[in-house]
Amino acid sequence: MEESLKPVIQVKNLDLGYDDSVVMHNLNFSVKRGEIFIVMGPSGCGKSTLLKVLTGLKEPASGKVLYNQVNFWEQDEKGQQEIMRRFGVLYQGGALWSSFTLEENVALPLQLYSNLSASQIREVVELKLALVGLSGYADFYPEHISGGMRKRAALARAIALDPEIIFFDEPSAGLDPVNSRLLDDLILQLRDTLGATIVAVSHELASIFAIGDRAAFLDTESKSMISIGSPRALLADSKDSRVIQFLTRGEPNHDEKS
Amino acid sequence: MSAEKIVLDYSTPNTLCIRLNGVWLITSGIPEVNETAGQLNQFKNIQQLIFDTSGLQEWDSGLVAFLFHLIKECDRLRIQVNLGGLPAGVQKLLALVSKVHSATSINILADESFFTRVGERVLRLQAGVLSLLNFLGEIAVAFSRLFTGKAYFRWDEFLFLLQRCGADALFLVSLISVLVGIILAFIGATQLKLFGAQIYIANIVGIGMVRAMGAMMAAILMAGRTGASFAAELGLMQTNEEIDALKTLGISPVEFLVVPRVLALVIMMPLLTLYADLMGILGGLIVGVSLLGLNPVEYWQHTQSSITLVNLWVGLIHSFAFGVIIAVAGCFRGMQCQRSAAALGDATTGAVVNAIISIIIATAVITFVCQVLGV
Repeated sequence: MEESLKPVIQVKNLDLGYDDSVVMHNLNFSVKRGEIFIVMGPSGCGKSTLLKVLTGLKEPASGKVLYNQVNFWEQDEKGQQEIMRRFGVLYQGGALWSSFTLEENVALPLQLYSNLSASQIREVVELKLALVGLSGYADFYPEHISGGMRKRAALARAIALDPEIIFFDEPSAGLDPVNSRLLDDLILQLRDTLGATIVAVSHELASIFAIGDRAAFLDTESKSMISIGSPRALLADSKDSRVIQFLTRGEPNHDEKS
Repeated sequence: MSAEKIVLDYSTPNTLCIRLNGVWLITSGIPEVNETAGQLNQFKNIQQLIFDTSGLQEWDSGLVAFLFHLIKECDRLRIQVNLGGLPAGVQKLLALVSKVHSATSINILADESFFTRVGERVLRLQAGVLSLLNFLGEIAVAFSRLFTGKAYFRWDEFLFLLQRCGADALFLVSLISVLVGIILAFIGATQLKLFGAQIYIANIVGIGMVRAMGAMMAAILMAGRTGASFAAELGLMQTNEEIDALKTLGISPVEFLVVPRVLALVIMMPLLTLYADLMGILGGLIVGVSLLGLNPVEYWQHTQSSITLVNLWVGLIHSFAFGVIIAVAGCFRGMQCQRSAAALGDATTGAVVNAIISIIIATAVITFVCQVLGV
């Protein structure tokens, strides 16, 4: 099989839940190398729970998550850490460590998991900050920069080790349209240049259409994934009213608008 | 290792070719860019830099970081860089960096002289004192609105706060107070034994606990327990913009959040102090009876005769003052909290430190006033 067509992530018969309650049943999908895969759906449908399971922060109720054909939840702690080291995660609020400067935030993964010297780490950090458009802000603390810049700095930290898979939790949340568009462009460029596979949880339609190669729609009522495909194809061809309603923001004459 | 990864070839006049070989990954190590940059000066009249990556195996942004800095050095030395020989991905990344790269270096941490720093500290202290006075004023206004029935007051939350400040702290207060009573009795016993006056341990423990120690021990415990929790709670609310939400609804955060906490602690501190006094006396009694062979009835009678109503009042005045201090310090620090995790830690620490220092100062003041008044 060609390298680019191999699934990097495979989700099989996955059930998500908290204690006794199951929020999502029987999820099945796979994400190919270099693909931008969007998980979309209304608020409270379990998108963030799915992201927690995919990033190894929460064990699923049942089912499998495979990374390069390796079942994550069957690994021991060391094995899981090995897999998680290949992840980069951009959390909704950025989650930068507030007592660290931007440079220190981006440098920490490099200090932990590379053999680079201090000066080389500084060089890599400078590159990563430059990649997200934050050159010159290395000595700033997160509280001294805007929300959009915090998101970009967090992205610089997420890509510090050139991860194989980058997870985004609501990348556009809290950003104005211009900054949101900038972040979308950045995500596309990172995929094209670093070759990373990207999984993003989002309900921002503009972002979904701008960056998504494929999208899966999670439905709250049926607690299942009811559609999967290219966002534009879903909009054009889907027969499911829930998907259409979501992708058209409930507007009846969506064909004219799209 | 770096020698194998980088080979410099100056066979073409005015053109330096850098051959990049092997694996260039962040996790496996990359050569120092300064070494290569330093070698650029060794070749005369370099006008152009080109790359040969036929021997390059794997690469990631470690290579890009290396080239990014090498190119900057070349710019400085006015050497033209031809990126044509680099892999397409590297060229794209370098193009992306140069597109978004703003050369402006912003330095927010300007060097400050000693006098500037001292001056700023003084100004910060002045601002801190002013905002504390302002906060006290707001509390006074909020209390006046409460007593005139104009304040928004949630009784169910107030009762919950009373429980948190009182009943929930009983175990800790019991433990510490009994131990303090035991310690006081032991210290007294070693001295009083010399005169055969062990029975006066009852007086020492009784007066000591009731007049100051009971209130102080309870206050120090409550500063660490409840004061810190007030600061953390309000600090997190500040971080989550919950306090802003109250303000926009026209609700005074002091009235809504601070007044119930101050009131709860001011009510519970004297009660906790009385309880701590009793527990301390019990600790003394345990030592007196079990280790010194004193009669428990005699011990109790001595305790009763030694403690006057004035001692009790002095202890209660202490506890009332401590209640105000702990609650105000906790709430003030919480309300002043900035929006970061470190600031939350500072707020909590500040609440405990300020409360304990203020407790000691208040004890000294009350003791001095009692001395002057002869009570």
